[in-house]
Amino acid sequence: MKLRRNSEFPADLKLRPDSEFPADLKVRPDFPLLANNPGLHYLDSAATSQKPRVVLDALRDFYETANANPHRGAYALSVRATECYHQSRVRIAQFLGVADSDCLIFTRGTTEGLNLVAGSWGMANVSSGDEIVVTAMDHHANFVPWQVLAMRRGAKFRVCELTPDGRIDLDFLSGLLNKRTKIVAFSHVSNALGTINPVAEIARLVREKTDAILVCDGAQSAPHFPVSFDSLGVDFYAFSGHKMLGPMGIGGLIGKREMLEEMPPYQTGGDMIEFVHDDRTTWNVLPHKFEAGTPNAANAVGLAAAVEYLDGIGMDRVRAHERALMSEAQKRLAVIEGLHIYGPPASERSGVLSFTLGDVHPHDLATILDGEGVCIRAGHHCAQPLMRRLDVPATARASFYVYNDESDIEALVAGILKAREIFGYAPV
Amino acid sequence: MPQPRSAAEIGALYQEMILDHYRRPRNKGTLEKADASVEMKNPLCGDEIGLQVAFDGDCVCDLRFSGRGCSISQASASMMTQLVKGKSTEEIEAIRKQFRELMLGNASAADDPQLGQLRALSGVSRFPARVKCALLAWNALESALAERS
Repeated sequence: MKLRRNSEFPADLKLRPDSEFPADLKVRPDFPLLANNPGLHYLDSAATSQKPRVVLDALRDFYETANANPHRGAYALSVRATECYHQSRVRIAQFLGVADSDCLIFTRGTTEGLNLVAGSWGMANVSSGDEIVVTAMDHHANFVPWQVLAMRRGAKFRVCELTPDGRIDLDFLSGLLNKRTKIVAFSHVSNALGTINPVAEIARLVREKTDAILVCDGAQSAPHFPVSFDSLGVDFYAFSGHKMLGPMGIGGLIGKREMLEEMPPYQTGGDMIEFVHDDRTTWNVLPHKFEAGTPNAANAVGLAAAVEYLDGIGMDRVRAHERALMSEAQKRLAVIEGLHIYGPPASERSGVLSFTLGDVHPHDLATILDGEGVCIRAGHHCAQPLMRRLDVPATARASFYVYNDESDIEALVAGILKAREIFGYAPV
Repeated sequence: MPQPRSAAEIGALYQEMILDHYRRPRNKGTLEKADASVEMKNPLCGDEIGLQVAFDGDCVCDLRFSGRGCSISQASASMMTQLVKGKSTEEIEAIRKQFRELMLGNASAADDPQLGQLRALSGVSRFPARVKCALLAWNALESALAERS
């Protein structure tokens, strides 16, 4: 592996200069769990975000004023439930830059969205001798479904290596691509390192050398900066609501209409059918074809409230706030002796800081930080292939979001110094 | 809302003896000739342990562990190997059961001299998320004993 810069900042991030927005968001009071626990420093938003009151209110409001089974009843209440569900889809599609909102399929989250593509498009289009490409930084949810698909179809499963500083090695990727490549799956942002991948450049490479579909794991991008699916250049994009201030158990898969229409259903059952004959069944139109069973309407409403809230702040500003926090955290942590930060420079990462401290195991670090009221993730971050390449069993990961501020960084630094002390390192 | 851990609880968890075993693990490595060999992983956190045991009749005459993990899992493995070496499977079984009691927060286990240095791990019981770390080596030992019988 040779060291190289993949690209400048991804073109799809139209950022204003840093100076325009410092880390000045003051929205912690909007989040009941945080507001009620002033000593809590929540730095695990890459795992799941906290929820603002407007989201909790939207859930309650749906159940108190609109609850019925959508698409079923002839009565006014069911019509209202249907309308709430539909409007939520339209609102979330607008947030993610999807003009054709019927191409946004609600799922339980990113994992289900990716499995949907693998199970439906993959099983219908991949055959023996074909090739599937993923990257070594992918989350297990964007790795294992493709590995299993490859095994089922007798296809080759190929893993794109990374540069030493934790980016997708585009030369390596280019070398993997050929006319047998059917699927290229990659994450927009690495959950373990925070690397923001150059989607446009990856898409250009893939289109140039293959007829493959491009599948993008958006779990860590949709919450943190402006994303416009229609100009992103990929065929499928999956995201999770709970990482972007919405409820757990709701997310989505966005796909290109012509592909979604060609694809066989993922699950079968109620709502997704048109006619059920004794000997065959025909399918409902998009998006219903991929939404078997009673939909998660309340959580869709909750997620719509979450994106409304994020738009109220402005996604450029969300990104700028996290970037300012990251830059401060990087500065404060980098000078701690024995602390090693993984991944590309802070300015090219999302709000994720993955690190180790001397011989202190990340789990011990997380326990000690918990003693200081600081919540971080420790472990392999569901990215074991990446951990093997970093040659560490685990890292500690602090991740930032709109409600974090400099006091969280203070507490993080204090906790790390405490861990050094407990493990017998000299004071810094 | 669960409250964060107190400094006293953290202090009780990370006793000097634990850090000593973490940094200078005893019986770490492999045996040239083992009667039972077990590998175990904690898929949640990625901790791994390999345990090799040599028997002399009904006694564990030697054992070694390998792998990597947090200070709790490594110290637990290191202290366990020291304590069970030379003991009969019956004695080991009694210690293993008593160690589980210690992890469940049973106060009488914390006073039981047969647990020896392992009592330094009593603070772990206050951290349910870390109990599995302390038990990993013991689960491996249980498998190794079962493999033999």
